[in-house]
Amino acid sequence: MADTRIVEIKNLTKRFESHTILDNITLDVHRGENLVVFGRSGQGKSVLLKCIIGLMPFDSGKILINNKDISKLTIKELNEIRKNIGFLFQGAALYDSMTVRENLEFPLKKIFPNISQREIDDKVKNTLELVSLEEAIDKMPSELSGGMKKRIGLARSIITDPELMLYDEPTTGLDPITTKEISELIINLQKKLNMTSIAVTHDLICAEIIADRAIFLKDSKIAYEGKLDELTSSSDPFLRNFFSHEIVKE
Amino acid sequence: MKIPKIKYGKRLTYSDYIYNFFATITGLTIFNIEFAKQVFKPPYEIREIKKHMDELGVKTFGIVSITGLIIGIVLSMQSQPVLQRFGATDFLPAMVSISVVRELGPVITALIFAGRVSSGIGAELGSMRVTEQIDAMEVSAVNPFNYLVVTRVIATTMILPILTIYVIFISLIGTYIAIILNESMTIKYFIDSVISAIEFGDFIPGIGKTFFFGFIVGIVGCYKGFTAEGGTEGVGRASTTAVVLSSLLILIFDMVLVKLSLWLWPTLG
Repeated sequence: MADTRIVEIKNLTKRFESHTILDNITLDVHRGENLVVFGRSGQGKSVLLKCIIGLMPFDSGKILINNKDISKLTIKELNEIRKNIGFLFQGAALYDSMTVRENLEFPLKKIFPNISQREIDDKVKNTLELVSLEEAIDKMPSELSGGMKKRIGLARSIITDPELMLYDEPTTGLDPITTKEISELIINLQKKLNMTSIAVTHDLICAEIIADRAIFLKDSKIAYEGKLDELTSSSDPFLRNFFSHEIVKE
Repeated sequence: MKIPKIKYGKRLTYSDYIYNFFATITGLTIFNIEFAKQVFKPPYEIREIKKHMDELGVKTFGIVSITGLIIGIVLSMQSQPVLQRFGATDFLPAMVSISVVRELGPVITALIFAGRVSSGIGAELGSMRVTEQIDAMEVSAVNPFNYLVVTRVIATTMILPILTIYVIFISLIGTYIAIILNESMTIKYFIDSVISAIEFGDFIPGIGKTFFFGFIVGIVGCYKGFTAEGGTEGVGRASTTAVVLSSLLILIFDMVLVKLSLWLWPTLG
């Protein structure tokens, strides 16, 4: 049987000085799957994503992406892996000094140095259409609302057609309607572009729309794992408390 | 590249200050070594370098023009009465031009440049760091050090000597204006006096050291911005500490380079 795992995390441990933030985490993500990572603030959810993409070194364990151990790669080899990964940052991380068009062109020009300007223009136009923001093409990030920034951030992450998408709190700070819109956009894009995704969130609206499977980080470990409705309907007092607060909050 | 972290807070002890001093020196050294490793590595971001040179030139053009003019005027106004007392006002163009070419032009331009540019770079990169834009660049398989730091440092190193030559020229215009307000002197006499007073040995060390000053302004601004942390407060801190550190280093290096140039060109003394 073919190996469908795109990400394999084995006994991952990450410490900040004496504080262990991720303790012996083992996790597989399969091709085409949408995994949601839950957890309270400060439980290492974003750190997990940054370890996966090689932005943060880890203390022990292994992370394999497409069977390649990222801790053993040179920066050049790691960059080759990164070309197939999109990352939506919590604050969208749009380049302030560039217009929306330049923000979208940037990864294209860097990842595909031989691409023609005509291809770039077409790709930018098509990707902006996917996120329904064609009119924002010549705007600066400072002229965009929070929801628009997330959409442009999403457009920038998918413009290179990555096979794996990492979302760091994709709906934080957005109102429930925009949250729903962004989450639906994420799931539609994934279906259209056939991507695998790992989304870190504590937003139940977003998770309900995008999750195939969910894990819950607690005390630096994966405390719970399963389908989202299994977690939300769990009789475990901690999960019931967490999700009841989430539901009340929304 | 692992750069030691600086300790911040309201309750720093003396040992923390000593630690910060050595952490800054170590950090800056590591940053310089990384620059030396990256500067010859492709991709060569020529367009970015040109863009930064344009921006830095435009940003500082106004302020250095005013500064240059004022240096020339003030230096003449201060020196004229003294030289008049000895009946040596004819030496004024030569005296002012030597002072401006050897020392005042390069150092004052560098300090103004540090105040305007080092703080700007510190704030810009600091803001990019705390809003994860630098991480976003790395995720796009771009080496942020090469793209953000190397390009800016090359731009500051190249543009400061050009600005200094411009400031020297403007300050000589200021000098001439100040002279003719008090006495008559033909422009030809002024130009002849300046040209005969300035020797190769004055010009080369004077302009040569601005390459070092430009490098200091760029590398310190980038170091402070690139290593910024702690949200908007961290950005402000990166900006102010970049100016303080680069100005201090310019003055220290000026002293060292003057000593070195006197050793290389003994006739300067």
